[in-house]
Amino acid sequence: MSRLVLRCCLLLGYGLLFAPIAVIVLFSFNDPAGRFNLVWRQPTAANWLDPLSDPGLTGAFITSLLLALAASAVATVLGSLMAYALVRYRCRGERVVNLLLVLLLTTPEVVMGVSLLNLFVQLGVQRGLGTLLVSHSLFCLSFVALTVKARLGGIDWNLEDAAMDLGARPGRVFRLITLPRILPGVLAAALLSFSLSLDDVIVSSFTAGEAVTFPLYIAGAFQREISPQIHVLATMVLVASVAMLAAGSLRQLGVSSRFRAPASFARGSGSSG
Amino acid sequence: MALFFLLPLAALVRMSLSEQTQRFSLDAMFTGRVANYTEVLVQYGPVLWRSLAFAGVATLLCGLIGYPMAYAISRQGGRWKPLLLGLVVVPFFTSYLVRTIAWTTLLADQGPVLALLSWLGLVSPLERLGLVVEGRILNTAAAVIGGLTYNGLPFMVLPLVVSLEKIDPRLLEAAADLHARGGRTFRRVIWPLSLPGLLAGVLLTFIPAAGDLVNAQYLGGPGNRMIGNSLQNLLLVQNRYPAAAALGVVLMVMLSLLLVLSLGKLDRDSLTGP
Repeated sequence: MSRLVLRCCLLLGYGLLFAPIAVIVLFSFNDPAGRFNLVWRQPTAANWLDPLSDPGLTGAFITSLLLALAASAVATVLGSLMAYALVRYRCRGERVVNLLLVLLLTTPEVVMGVSLLNLFVQLGVQRGLGTLLVSHSLFCLSFVALTVKARLGGIDWNLEDAAMDLGARPGRVFRLITLPRILPGVLAAALLSFSLSLDDVIVSSFTAGEAVTFPLYIAGAFQREISPQIHVLATMVLVASVAMLAAGSLRQLGVSSRFRAPASFARGSGSSG
Repeated sequence: MALFFLLPLAALVRMSLSEQTQRFSLDAMFTGRVANYTEVLVQYGPVLWRSLAFAGVATLLCGLIGYPMAYAISRQGGRWKPLLLGLVVVPFFTSYLVRTIAWTTLLADQGPVLALLSWLGLVSPLERLGLVVEGRILNTAAAVIGGLTYNGLPFMVLPLVVSLEKIDPRLLEAAADLHARGGRTFRRVIWPLSLPGLLAGVLLTFIPAAGDLVNAQYLGGPGNRMIGNSLQNLLLVQNRYPAAAALGVVLMVMLSLLLVLSLGKLDRDSLTGP
Protein backbone atom coordinates (compact mmCIF):
# COMPACT_ATOMS: atom_id res chain seq x y z
CA MET A 1 0.00 0.00 0.00
CA SER A 2 1.42 3.32 -0.92
CA ARG A 3 2.01 6.07 1.58
CA LEU A 4 -0.49 8.38 -0.04
CA VAL A 5 -3.39 5.93 0.11
CA LEU A 6 -2.64 5.27 3.78
CA ARG A 7 -2.53 8.98 4.55
CA CYS A 8 -5.92 9.41 2.87
CA CYS A 9 -7.36 6.55 4.93
CA LEU A 10 -6.04 8.12 8.12
CA LEU A 11 -7.54 11.46 7.18
CA LEU A 12 -10.88 9.89 6.30
CA GLY A 13 -10.94 7.84 9.50
CA TYR A 14 -10.11 10.73 11.78
CA GLY A 15 -12.52 12.96 9.88
CA LEU A 16 -15.28 10.46 10.55
CA LEU A 17 -14.33 10.12 14.21
CA PHE A 18 -14.23 13.84 14.84
CA ALA A 19 -17.15 15.07 12.74
CA PRO A 20 -19.76 14.72 15.54
CA ILE A 21 -17.28 16.04 18.10
CA ALA A 22 -16.89 19.18 15.99
CA VAL A 23 -20.68 19.49 15.87
CA ILE A 24 -20.99 19.16 19.65
CA VAL A 25 -18.35 21.81 20.36
CA LEU A 26 -19.69 24.13 17.67
CA PHE A 27 -23.31 23.80 18.77
CA SER A 28 -22.41 24.57 22.37
CA PHE A 29 -21.92 28.10 20.99
CA ASN A 30 -25.17 28.10 19.02
CA ASP A 31 -28.14 30.33 19.72
CA PRO A 32 -30.97 28.04 18.57
CA ALA A 33 -34.22 29.38 17.16
CA GLY A 34 -36.52 27.14 19.16
CA ARG A 35 -36.27 24.46 21.80
CA PHE A 36 -34.11 22.19 19.65
CA ASN A 37 -30.42 22.94 19.34
CA LEU A 38 -30.11 20.89 16.16
CA VAL A 39 -29.90 23.57 13.44
CA TRP A 40 -27.21 26.26 13.34
CA ARG A 41 -28.46 29.87 13.66
CA GLN A 42 -25.95 32.28 15.14
CA PRO A 43 -23.01 32.17 17.54
CA THR A 44 -23.37 33.13 21.18
CA ALA A 45 -21.44 32.64 24.40
CA ALA A 46 -24.59 32.71 26.52
CA ASN A 47 -24.73 28.91 26.93
CA TRP A 48 -21.22 28.81 28.32
CA LEU A 49 -21.90 31.69 30.70
CA ASP A 50 -24.94 29.85 32.03
CA PRO A 51 -24.24 26.14 31.72
CA LEU A 52 -26.52 25.17 34.63
CA SER A 53 -29.68 26.98 33.54
CA ASP A 54 -31.60 23.75 32.97
CA PRO A 55 -32.29 22.41 36.49
CA GLY A 56 -33.41 18.96 35.32
CA LEU A 57 -30.31 18.53 33.21
CA THR A 58 -28.00 19.81 35.95
CA GLY A 59 -29.54 17.45 38.51
CA ALA A 60 -29.20 14.50 36.16
CA PHE A 61 -25.59 15.49 35.41
CA ILE A 62 -24.71 15.60 39.12
CA THR A 63 -26.43 12.23 39.65
CA SER A 64 -24.35 10.80 36.80
CA LEU A 65 -21.08 12.18 38.18
CA LEU A 66 -21.74 10.76 41.66
CA LEU A 67 -22.89 7.45 40.23
CA ALA A 68 -19.81 7.21 38.01
CA LEU A 69 -17.58 8.02 40.97
CA ALA A 70 -19.17 5.34 43.16
CA ALA A 71 -19.38 2.69 40.43
CA SER A 72 -15.78 3.20 39.31
CA ALA A 73 -14.59 3.04 42.94
CA VAL A 74 -16.42 -0.25 43.56
CA ALA A 75 -15.35 -1.74 40.23
CA THR A 76 -11.73 -0.62 40.60
CA VAL A 77 -11.29 -2.10 44.06
CA LEU A 78 -13.05 -5.39 43.30
CA GLY A 79 -11.61 -5.73 39.79
CA SER A 80 -8.02 -5.01 40.88
CA LEU A 81 -8.25 -7.50 43.71
CA MET A 82 -9.61 -10.06 41.30
CA ALA A 83 -6.83 -9.44 38.80
CA TYR A 84 -4.24 -9.63 41.58
CA ALA A 85 -5.65 -12.92 42.83
CA LEU A 86 -5.77 -14.35 39.30
CA VAL A 87 -2.17 -13.47 38.50
CA ARG A 88 -0.57 -14.09 41.89
CA TYR A 89 -2.27 -17.22 43.12
CA ARG A 90 -2.83 -20.09 40.76
CA CYS A 91 -6.22 -21.51 41.67
CA ARG A 92 -8.33 -24.23 40.16
CA GLY A 93 -11.17 -22.16 38.76
CA GLU A 94 -8.78 -19.74 37.10
CA ARG A 95 -9.61 -20.63 33.53
CA VAL A 96 -13.33 -20.48 34.20
CA VAL A 97 -13.01 -17.07 35.83
CA ASN A 98 -10.91 -15.85 32.89
CA LEU A 99 -13.53 -17.06 30.45
CA LEU A 100 -16.30 -15.44 32.50
CA LEU A 101 -14.42 -12.13 32.46
CA VAL A 102 -14.11 -12.19 28.69
CA LEU A 103 -17.77 -13.20 28.37
CA LEU A 104 -18.82 -10.38 30.67
CA LEU A 105 -16.76 -7.94 28.64
CA THR A 106 -18.37 -9.02 25.42
CA THR A 107 -21.94 -9.59 26.57
CA PRO A 108 -24.06 -7.16 24.63
CA GLU A 109 -25.24 -4.40 26.93
CA VAL A 110 -28.84 -5.05 26.08
CA VAL A 111 -28.62 -8.64 27.34
CA MET A 112 -27.01 -7.41 30.53
CA GLY A 113 -29.76 -4.84 30.96
CA VAL A 114 -32.52 -7.36 30.34
CA SER A 115 -31.07 -9.96 32.68
CA LEU A 116 -30.39 -7.48 35.49
CA LEU A 117 -33.84 -5.91 35.25
CA ASN A 118 -35.36 -9.38 35.29
CA LEU A 119 -33.32 -10.30 38.37
CA PHE A 120 -34.24 -7.11 40.21
CA VAL A 121 -37.92 -7.62 39.43
CA GLN A 122 -37.86 -11.24 40.55
CA LEU A 123 -36.07 -10.34 43.76
CA GLY A 124 -38.56 -7.55 44.32
CA VAL A 125 -35.82 -4.88 44.49
CA GLN A 126 -37.01 -1.32 43.97
CA ARG A 127 -35.26 0.05 40.87
CA GLY A 128 -33.36 3.29 41.39
CA LEU A 129 -29.89 4.58 42.22
CA GLY A 130 -28.98 1.38 44.07
CA THR A 131 -29.72 -0.87 41.12
CA LEU A 132 -27.93 1.57 38.80
CA LEU A 133 -24.87 1.37 41.04
CA VAL A 134 -24.90 -2.44 41.01
CA SER A 135 -25.31 -2.66 37.24
CA HIS A 136 -22.69 -0.01 36.45
CA SER A 137 -20.17 -1.60 38.82
CA LEU A 138 -20.82 -4.92 37.14
CA PHE A 139 -20.10 -3.84 33.58
CA CYS A 140 -17.02 -1.89 34.69
CA LEU A 141 -15.70 -4.84 36.69
CA SER A 142 -14.54 -6.93 33.75
CA PHE A 143 -12.83 -3.95 32.11
CA VAL A 144 -10.92 -3.25 35.30
CA ALA A 145 -9.99 -6.87 35.96
CA LEU A 146 -8.74 -7.45 32.41
CA THR A 147 -6.86 -4.13 32.16
CA VAL A 148 -5.14 -4.56 35.52
CA LYS A 149 -4.40 -8.21 34.77
CA ALA A 150 -2.65 -7.22 31.55
CA ARG A 151 -0.45 -4.78 33.50
CA LEU A 152 0.30 -7.28 36.25
CA GLY A 153 1.70 -9.65 33.66
CA GLY A 154 4.92 -7.63 33.40
CA ILE A 155 5.72 -7.39 37.11
CA ASP A 156 8.70 -9.10 38.70
CA TRP A 157 7.19 -10.86 41.71
CA ASN A 158 10.63 -11.68 43.13
CA LEU A 159 10.61 -8.14 44.50
CA GLU A 160 7.66 -9.03 46.75
CA ASP A 161 9.39 -12.15 47.94
CA ALA A 162 12.61 -10.25 48.51
CA ALA A 163 10.81 -7.65 50.61
CA MET A 164 9.24 -10.41 52.69
CA ASP A 165 12.61 -12.09 53.11
CA LEU A 166 13.87 -8.80 54.50
CA GLY A 167 11.17 -8.96 57.15
CA ALA A 168 8.54 -6.59 55.74
CA ARG A 169 4.98 -7.36 56.79
CA PRO A 170 2.44 -8.13 54.00
CA GLY A 171 0.73 -4.73 54.39
CA ARG A 172 4.04 -2.94 54.05
CA VAL A 173 5.04 -5.06 51.07
CA PHE A 174 1.80 -4.21 49.35
CA ARG A 175 2.13 -0.50 50.07
CA LEU A 176 5.78 -0.11 49.15
CA ILE A 177 6.33 -2.73 46.45
CA THR A 178 3.10 -3.91 44.85
CA LEU A 179 0.95 -0.80 44.85
CA PRO A 180 3.39 1.57 43.08
CA ARG A 181 3.81 -1.01 40.34
CA ILE A 182 0.16 -1.63 39.67
CA LEU A 183 -1.00 1.94 40.26
CA PRO A 184 -0.77 3.20 36.63
CA GLY A 185 -2.87 0.27 35.44
CA VAL A 186 -5.36 0.69 38.26
CA LEU A 187 -5.70 4.42 37.62
CA ALA A 188 -6.23 3.86 33.91
CA ALA A 189 -8.89 1.28 34.70
CA ALA A 190 -10.59 3.65 37.16
CA LEU A 191 -10.70 6.42 34.54
CA LEU A 192 -12.08 4.04 31.95
CA SER A 193 -14.78 2.85 34.37
CA PHE A 194 -15.71 6.41 35.22
CA SER A 195 -16.26 7.33 31.60
CA LEU A 196 -18.06 4.06 30.84
CA SER A 197 -20.49 4.69 33.67
CA LEU A 198 -20.98 8.36 32.82
CA ASP A 199 -21.75 7.40 29.26
CA ASP A 200 -24.01 4.42 29.70
CA VAL A 201 -27.43 4.52 28.09
CA ILE A 202 -28.45 0.97 27.35
CA VAL A 203 -28.01 -0.84 30.67
CA SER A 204 -29.27 2.22 32.55
CA SER A 205 -32.41 2.43 30.47
CA PHE A 206 -33.36 -0.97 31.87
CA THR A 207 -32.21 -0.71 35.47
CA ALA A 208 -32.79 2.95 36.37
CA GLY A 209 -36.42 2.85 37.47
CA GLU A 210 -37.30 6.40 38.45
CA ALA A 211 -33.68 7.57 38.73
CA VAL A 212 -32.47 9.91 35.98
CA THR A 213 -28.87 10.05 34.77
CA PHE A 214 -27.40 12.53 32.29
CA PRO A 215 -27.92 10.31 29.19
CA LEU A 216 -31.36 9.20 30.39
CA TYR A 217 -32.43 12.80 30.87
CA ILE A 218 -31.37 13.67 27.33
CA ALA A 219 -33.15 10.58 25.97
CA GLY A 220 -36.31 11.54 27.83
CA ALA A 221 -36.14 15.17 26.72
CA PHE A 222 -35.33 14.37 23.09
CA GLN A 223 -38.95 14.76 21.93
CA ARG A 224 -39.49 18.02 23.84
CA GLU A 225 -36.23 19.90 23.96
CA ILE A 226 -32.53 19.70 23.15
CA SER A 227 -31.01 22.58 25.05
CA PRO A 228 -27.57 23.94 24.12
CA GLN A 229 -26.53 23.27 27.71
CA ILE A 230 -26.40 19.58 26.76
CA HIS A 231 -23.67 20.42 24.25
CA VAL A 232 -21.89 22.62 26.79
CA LEU A 233 -21.79 19.89 29.44
CA ALA A 234 -20.71 17.27 26.87
CA THR A 235 -17.89 19.58 25.74
CA MET A 236 -16.83 20.09 29.36
CA VAL A 237 -16.64 16.33 29.92
CA LEU A 238 -14.59 16.00 26.73
CA VAL A 239 -12.14 18.74 27.71
CA ALA A 240 -11.77 17.35 31.24
CA SER A 241 -11.07 13.82 30.03
CA VAL A 242 -8.64 14.95 27.35
CA ALA A 243 -6.81 17.02 29.98
CA MET A 244 -6.63 13.99 32.29
CA LEU A 245 -5.47 11.75 29.46
CA ALA A 246 -2.77 14.25 28.50
CA ALA A 247 -1.65 14.67 32.10
CA GLY A 248 -1.52 10.91 32.50
CA SER A 249 0.57 10.34 29.41
CA LEU A 250 2.93 13.20 30.28
CA ARG A 251 3.39 11.75 33.75
CA GLN A 252 3.99 8.32 32.31
CA LEU A 253 6.68 9.75 30.03
CA GLY A 254 8.32 11.39 33.05
CA VAL A 255 8.20 8.18 35.05
CA SER A 256 9.58 6.04 32.28
CA SER A 257 12.53 8.37 31.67
CA ARG A 258 13.42 8.30 35.36
CA PHE A 259 13.16 4.54 35.78
CA ARG A 260 14.39 3.40 32.42
CA ALA A 261 17.16 1.18 33.85
CA PRO A 262 16.51 -2.54 33.20
CA ALA A 263 15.42 -2.77 29.60
CA SER A 264 13.80 -6.18 29.92
CA PHE A 265 11.57 -4.92 32.71
CA ALA A 266 10.43 -1.90 30.75
CA ARG A 267 9.59 -4.04 27.75
CA GLY A 268 7.69 -6.53 29.88
CA SER A 269 5.48 -3.95 31.53
CA GLY A 270 5.07 -1.97 28.35
CA SER A 271 3.78 -4.83 26.27
CA SER A 272 0.19 -4.02 27.07
CA GLY A 273 0.57 -0.27 27.30
CA MET B 1 -18.12 -12.62 40.45
CA ALA B 2 -20.02 -15.80 39.72
CA LEU B 3 -22.79 -14.34 41.85
CA PHE B 4 -22.87 -11.14 39.81
CA PHE B 5 -22.77 -12.76 36.41
CA LEU B 6 -24.29 -16.21 36.66
CA LEU B 7 -27.18 -15.36 38.97
CA PRO B 8 -28.77 -12.86 36.55
CA LEU B 9 -28.26 -15.33 33.72
CA ALA B 10 -29.85 -18.18 35.64
CA ALA B 11 -32.77 -15.94 36.54
CA LEU B 12 -33.07 -14.98 32.88
CA VAL B 13 -33.21 -18.57 31.69
CA ARG B 14 -35.75 -19.41 34.38
CA MET B 15 -37.92 -16.45 33.38
CA SER B 16 -37.68 -17.43 29.72
CA LEU B 17 -39.40 -20.71 30.60
CA SER B 18 -42.07 -19.13 32.78
CA GLU B 19 -45.61 -17.93 32.29
CA GLN B 20 -47.08 -14.68 33.50
CA THR B 21 -49.90 -15.21 35.99
CA GLN B 22 -51.86 -12.58 34.14
CA ARG B 23 -51.19 -10.09 31.37
CA PHE B 24 -48.90 -7.16 32.26
CA SER B 25 -48.25 -8.75 35.64
CA LEU B 26 -44.71 -8.93 37.00
CA ASP B 27 -45.50 -12.23 38.68
CA ALA B 28 -44.43 -15.21 36.67
CA MET B 29 -44.57 -18.89 37.39
CA PHE B 30 -41.98 -21.39 36.21
CA THR B 31 -43.81 -23.86 33.99
CA GLY B 32 -41.05 -24.96 31.63
CA ARG B 33 -42.89 -23.29 28.75
CA VAL B 34 -40.63 -23.71 25.71
CA ALA B 35 -43.26 -22.09 23.50
CA ASN B 36 -41.93 -18.70 24.64
CA TYR B 37 -38.94 -19.33 22.43
CA THR B 38 -40.84 -20.37 19.31
CA GLU B 39 -43.23 -17.44 19.75
CA VAL B 40 -40.51 -14.79 19.98
CA LEU B 41 -38.56 -16.39 17.15
CA VAL B 42 -41.61 -16.16 14.92
CA GLN B 43 -42.53 -12.65 16.01
CA TYR B 44 -39.03 -11.15 16.18
CA GLY B 45 -37.14 -13.37 13.73
CA PRO B 46 -37.04 -10.71 10.99
CA VAL B 47 -35.84 -8.05 13.44
CA LEU B 48 -33.19 -10.43 14.74
CA TRP B 49 -31.89 -11.10 11.22
CA ARG B 50 -31.95 -7.38 10.45
CA SER B 51 -29.90 -6.67 13.56
CA LEU B 52 -27.31 -9.28 12.64
CA ALA B 53 -27.19 -8.01 9.05
CA PHE B 54 -26.79 -4.37 10.13
CA ALA B 55 -24.08 -5.37 12.59
CA GLY B 56 -22.38 -7.49 9.93
CA VAL B 57 -22.28 -4.69 7.36
CA ALA B 58 -21.10 -2.21 10.00
CA THR B 59 -18.32 -4.60 11.05
CA LEU B 60 -17.23 -5.04 7.44
CA LEU B 61 -17.10 -1.27 6.94
CA CYS B 62 -15.15 -0.88 10.20
CA GLY B 63 -12.64 -3.39 8.90
CA LEU B 64 -12.33 -1.64 5.53
CA ILE B 65 -11.72 1.75 7.18
CA GLY B 66 -10.01 0.50 10.32
CA TYR B 67 -7.39 -1.82 8.87
CA PRO B 68 -5.64 0.82 6.74
CA MET B 69 -5.87 3.23 9.68
CA ALA B 70 -4.31 0.76 12.09
CA TYR B 71 -1.68 -0.14 9.49
CA ALA B 72 -0.81 3.49 8.91
CA ILE B 73 -0.63 4.21 12.65
CA SER B 74 1.61 1.27 13.45
CA ARG B 75 3.90 1.46 10.37
CA GLN B 76 4.11 5.18 9.72
CA GLY B 77 3.07 6.69 13.03
CA GLY B 78 6.67 7.19 14.15
CA ARG B 79 6.87 9.44 17.16
CA TRP B 80 3.28 10.56 16.61
CA LYS B 81 2.04 7.06 17.41
CA PRO B 82 0.85 7.75 20.98
CA LEU B 83 -0.92 10.91 19.82
CA LEU B 84 -2.59 9.14 16.91
CA LEU B 85 -3.75 6.34 19.22
CA GLY B 86 -5.03 8.87 21.74
CA LEU B 87 -7.00 10.63 19.00
CA VAL B 88 -8.77 7.36 18.18
CA VAL B 89 -10.05 7.17 21.76
CA VAL B 90 -10.76 10.86 22.41
CA PRO B 91 -14.17 11.04 20.66
CA PHE B 92 -15.40 8.39 23.06
CA PHE B 93 -14.99 10.62 26.06
CA THR B 94 -18.08 12.55 25.07
CA SER B 95 -21.46 11.11 25.77
CA TYR B 96 -22.55 8.34 23.39
CA LEU B 97 -26.04 9.77 23.20
CA VAL B 98 -24.89 13.34 22.53
CA ARG B 99 -22.63 12.05 19.76
CA THR B 100 -25.54 10.23 18.19
CA ILE B 101 -27.66 13.37 18.41
CA ALA B 102 -24.81 15.25 16.73
CA TRP B 103 -25.08 12.75 13.87
CA THR B 104 -28.75 13.64 13.48
CA THR B 105 -27.60 17.24 12.93
CA LEU B 106 -25.00 16.14 10.39
CA LEU B 107 -27.35 13.85 8.48
CA ALA B 108 -30.45 16.07 8.63
CA ASP B 109 -32.33 16.97 5.43
CA GLN B 110 -30.73 20.44 5.37
CA GLY B 111 -27.54 19.15 6.99
CA PRO B 112 -23.93 19.32 5.81
CA VAL B 113 -23.63 15.69 4.66
CA LEU B 114 -26.50 15.91 2.20
CA ALA B 115 -25.30 19.34 1.08
CA LEU B 116 -21.84 17.90 0.38
CA LEU B 117 -23.30 14.91 -1.46
CA SER B 118 -25.50 17.03 -3.69
CA TRP B 119 -22.59 19.40 -4.39
CA LEU B 120 -20.62 16.34 -5.51
CA GLY B 121 -23.66 15.24 -7.54
CA LEU B 122 -23.84 11.98 -5.61
CA VAL B 123 -27.41 12.14 -4.32
CA SER B 124 -29.15 10.44 -7.23
CA PRO B 125 -26.53 7.67 -7.71
CA LEU B 126 -26.73 6.94 -4.00
CA GLU B 127 -30.51 7.00 -4.22
CA ARG B 128 -30.29 4.35 -6.90
CA LEU B 129 -28.16 2.25 -4.54
CA GLY B 130 -30.81 2.70 -1.86
CA LEU B 131 -28.45 4.57 0.47
CA VAL B 132 -30.48 7.75 0.18
CA VAL B 133 -34.25 7.40 0.33
CA GLU B 134 -36.40 10.18 -1.18
CA GLY B 135 -33.56 12.67 -0.71
CA ARG B 136 -33.06 11.78 2.94
CA ILE B 137 -30.37 9.93 4.88
CA LEU B 138 -31.79 10.30 8.36
CA ASN B 139 -34.30 7.57 9.23
CA THR B 140 -32.84 5.11 6.72
CA ALA B 141 -30.99 1.84 7.17
CA ALA B 142 -27.85 3.52 5.83
CA ALA B 143 -27.88 6.02 8.70
CA VAL B 144 -28.20 3.25 11.29
CA ILE B 145 -25.37 1.24 9.74
CA GLY B 146 -23.28 4.41 9.50
CA GLY B 147 -23.84 5.11 13.18
CA LEU B 148 -22.91 1.55 14.14
CA THR B 149 -19.78 1.80 12.00
CA TYR B 150 -18.81 5.07 13.66
CA ASN B 151 -19.20 3.57 17.13
CA GLY B 152 -17.31 0.41 16.27
CA LEU B 153 -14.31 2.00 14.53
CA PRO B 154 -12.05 2.51 17.59
CA PHE B 155 -12.78 -1.04 18.77
CA MET B 156 -11.57 -2.26 15.40
CA VAL B 157 -8.50 -0.03 15.20
CA LEU B 158 -7.09 -0.58 18.70
CA PRO B 159 -6.81 -4.41 18.68
CA LEU B 160 -5.42 -4.25 15.14
CA VAL B 161 -2.71 -1.83 16.21
CA VAL B 162 -1.84 -4.11 19.14
CA SER B 163 -1.39 -7.13 16.93
CA LEU B 164 0.41 -5.23 14.14
CA GLU B 165 2.83 -3.88 16.75
CA LYS B 166 3.60 -7.39 17.92
CA ILE B 167 4.96 -8.47 14.53
CA ASP B 168 8.69 -8.99 14.86
CA PRO B 169 10.44 -6.48 12.55
CA ARG B 170 13.04 -9.18 11.85
CA LEU B 171 10.38 -11.09 9.93
CA LEU B 172 9.92 -8.12 7.61
CA GLU B 173 13.67 -7.80 7.17
CA ALA B 174 13.86 -11.49 6.38
CA ALA B 175 11.11 -11.11 3.80
CA ALA B 176 12.98 -8.21 2.22
CA ASP B 177 16.21 -10.21 2.24
CA LEU B 178 14.39 -12.94 0.38
CA HIS B 179 13.40 -10.38 -2.26
CA ALA B 180 9.72 -10.23 -1.36
CA ARG B 181 8.11 -7.03 -2.63
CA GLY B 182 5.94 -4.87 -0.40
CA GLY B 183 2.67 -6.39 -1.55
CA ARG B 184 3.91 -9.92 -1.16
CA THR B 185 5.33 -9.23 2.29
CA PHE B 186 1.96 -7.86 3.29
CA ARG B 187 0.06 -10.83 1.91
CA ARG B 188 2.35 -13.56 3.21
CA VAL B 189 3.66 -12.09 6.47
CA ILE B 190 1.77 -9.10 7.83
CA TRP B 191 -1.80 -10.06 6.95
CA PRO B 192 -1.72 -13.60 8.46
CA LEU B 193 -0.01 -12.34 11.61
CA SER B 194 -2.59 -9.60 12.07
CA LEU B 195 -5.56 -11.97 11.81
CA PRO B 196 -5.88 -12.62 15.58
CA GLY B 197 -6.15 -8.86 16.14
CA LEU B 198 -8.61 -8.52 13.29
CA LEU B 199 -10.74 -11.26 14.83
CA ALA B 200 -10.69 -9.48 18.20
CA GLY B 201 -11.71 -6.26 16.42
CA VAL B 202 -14.52 -8.02 14.59
CA LEU B 203 -15.92 -9.40 17.84
CA LEU B 204 -15.60 -6.09 19.68
CA THR B 205 -17.42 -4.35 16.82
CA PHE B 206 -20.02 -6.95 15.93
CA ILE B 207 -21.29 -7.91 19.38
CA PRO B 208 -22.09 -4.41 20.68
CA ALA B 209 -23.50 -3.46 17.26
CA ALA B 210 -25.86 -6.44 17.20
CA GLY B 211 -27.20 -5.48 20.63
CA ASP B 212 -27.35 -1.74 20.01
CA LEU B 213 -30.57 0.22 20.29
CA VAL B 214 -29.46 3.85 20.39
CA ASN B 215 -28.47 4.24 16.73
CA ALA B 216 -31.66 2.62 15.46
CA GLN B 217 -33.74 4.79 17.77
CA TYR B 218 -32.21 8.14 16.82
CA LEU B 219 -30.86 7.63 13.31
CA GLY B 220 -33.29 5.04 11.95
CA GLY B 221 -36.95 5.10 11.07
CA PRO B 222 -39.69 2.77 12.29
CA GLY B 223 -38.67 0.26 9.61
CA ASN B 224 -35.07 0.00 10.81
CA ARG B 225 -35.60 -1.00 14.43
CA MET B 226 -33.15 -3.50 15.88
CA ILE B 227 -33.45 -6.30 18.39
CA GLY B 228 -32.40 -4.02 21.26
CA ASN B 229 -35.38 -1.80 20.57
CA SER B 230 -37.66 -4.82 20.59
CA LEU B 231 -36.30 -5.96 23.94
CA GLN B 232 -36.76 -2.50 25.42
CA ASN B 233 -40.30 -2.40 24.11
CA LEU B 234 -41.14 -5.87 25.43
CA LEU B 235 -39.90 -5.06 28.91
CA LEU B 236 -40.61 -1.41 29.51
CA VAL B 237 -43.77 -0.94 27.45
CA GLN B 238 -45.47 -4.32 27.11
CA ASN B 239 -44.28 -5.85 30.40
CA ARG B 240 -43.82 -9.22 28.67
CA TYR B 241 -40.96 -10.51 30.80
CA PRO B 242 -40.92 -14.18 29.72
CA ALA B 243 -40.89 -13.23 26.04
CA ALA B 244 -38.12 -10.67 26.59
CA ALA B 245 -36.12 -13.19 28.61
CA ALA B 246 -36.43 -15.79 25.85
CA LEU B 247 -35.32 -13.29 23.22
CA GLY B 248 -32.44 -12.20 25.45
CA VAL B 249 -31.31 -15.81 25.88
CA VAL B 250 -31.44 -16.37 22.11
CA LEU B 251 -29.29 -13.29 21.46
CA MET B 252 -26.88 -14.18 24.25
CA VAL B 253 -26.46 -17.77 23.02
CA MET B 254 -25.88 -16.69 19.42
CA LEU B 255 -23.26 -14.11 20.30
CA SER B 256 -21.53 -16.23 22.97
CA LEU B 257 -21.27 -19.08 20.52
CA LEU B 258 -19.50 -16.74 18.13
CA LEU B 259 -17.15 -15.70 20.91
CA VAL B 260 -16.38 -19.18 22.22
CA LEU B 261 -15.73 -20.49 18.71
CA SER B 262 -13.19 -17.78 18.04
CA LEU B 263 -11.65 -17.54 21.51
CA GLY B 264 -8.83 -19.93 20.74
CA LYS B 265 -7.78 -18.02 17.64
CA LEU B 266 -8.05 -14.42 18.69
CA ASP B 267 -5.45 -12.19 20.26
CA ARG B 268 -6.62 -11.92 23.87
CA ASP B 269 -4.17 -9.16 24.76
CA SER B 270 -5.73 -6.92 22.18
CA LEU B 271 -9.17 -7.19 23.78
CA THR B 272 -8.15 -4.77 26.50
CA GLY B 273 -6.54 -2.42 24.01
CA PRO B 274 -3.07 -0.89 23.83
